[in-house]
Amino acid sequence: MHTETDNTQTVLDTLNFALTLEYLESSFYNMAVASGVIPSSDLAIFRQIQQHENAHVAFFRGVLGDKAVREPKFDFTAGGKFDPFHDCPTFMTLSQGFEDTGVRAFKGQAGKLMSNDEVLTAALRIHSVEARHASEVRRLRGLKGWVTGDEANIPAPLKQTGVYAGDSMWPSEGNTVQLGIDVSQFQGADAGSEAFDEPITADHALRIASQFIANG
Amino acid sequence: MADNKKTTATASRAERGDAGSSVNQSGTVHLGSGDVGILNYALALEQLEAEFYTRAVDAKPRGLDADAMSVLDDLRKHETVHREFFFTALGKNAIPRLSFDFSSVDFTSGNSVLETARTIEDLGISAFNGAGQLLTNPDYLAVAGKIVSVEARHAAAIRDLLEPKTASFASDDVVDAKGRDGARLPAEVLPLAAPFIKEKIDASQLPTM
Repeated sequence: MHTETDNTQTVLDTLNFALTLEYLESSFYNMAVASGVIPSSDLAIFRQIQQHENAHVAFFRGVLGDKAVREPKFDFTAGGKFDPFHDCPTFMTLSQGFEDTGVRAFKGQAGKLMSNDEVLTAALRIHSVEARHASEVRRLRGLKGWVTGDEANIPAPLKQTGVYAGDSMWPSEGNTVQLGIDVSQFQGADAGSEAFDEPITADHALRIASQFIANG
Repeated sequence: MADNKKTTATASRAERGDAGSSVNQSGTVHLGSGDVGILNYALALEQLEAEFYTRAVDAKPRGLDADAMSVLDDLRKHETVHREFFFTALGKNAIPRLSFDFSSVDFTSGNSVLETARTIEDLGISAFNGAGQLLTNPDYLAVAGKIVSVEARHAAAIRDLLEPKTASFASDDVVDAKGRDGARLPAEVLPLAAPFIKEKIDASQLPTM
């Protein structure tokens, strides 16, 4: 049904969407590492994450060339709501939120990249790195590395951003029906939800990200 | 939900579409072709993981604290869910239950268990990352994506147990300089899984690049 041009535009749009999320993450960790908010015992972890996010930005910019969107100006206080570069628990919470959002957002784009094996595989390879990050940060916060149900343990302000919620296309992280099969029947509802991460649409991811993009 | 409705209609496709699995008299397991073949390939790997964690949890390895045991038990549950999910989705086209050889693993040693877990989780991630491009049904690609990130969460947790507070959870030996995890094709993955699987797996009908 799609023309070659349509597919190319879809792939370009998807790559620029991914680049926007990577800008957000790389900027967040670059600022956090420079701020001194991260305790030295956790620095090796966040330097590794920082390095990956910067590499992802470079990767997508390289693929997009002059089609790459410019980096937005970020406000990680979200208009004064958060203080992540002075308060470590806030930094960790936002980190978890960004990583889990990245996992969901990349997953939601996979279908749009099926026309291009090379780009699809690169996106999948970055997607699983984001999931490694998410697991590590969650464990640092004393949580399980995987998402149980709709995730009651995230502090309320971040929960309102919709990191674990459903959208027009995909169910919430608590979903336990996969390909029409109720997967809670095998090891219970918690394991059924933990065993599958849920995607989100690009719109949903951008609604979350836009709360941290400065106006004007 | 829209997602569930859409996918219910395609759930039966695995049962009528591509060539299903078969087992010949010499005990060779044929994965089949097309998307069914790829799902059977995933099922073989999930069987391996589920069996491994079931044995690990039963063995109560030495030197593992409550956090480590809780991680292993969660992984046992998740991999069992994945295994049973694929059996159900594939229906009569599913490969049989495989038998396993974990003689290389010392289940009494926490370290041996965690090191094997690290190997099979990293392998599973690269297998799913490499198989995505071989799938034609977007619903199956979506499900593979839903599973691979959970495997990556597992890998990070296991690596964190082995080397806490380090870069090991996503270390440079598995994530390249461009920040990308591994991706392997079935022909690269199966020889690495073969030492653990007693049956011979025939992947010759699987799609290739």
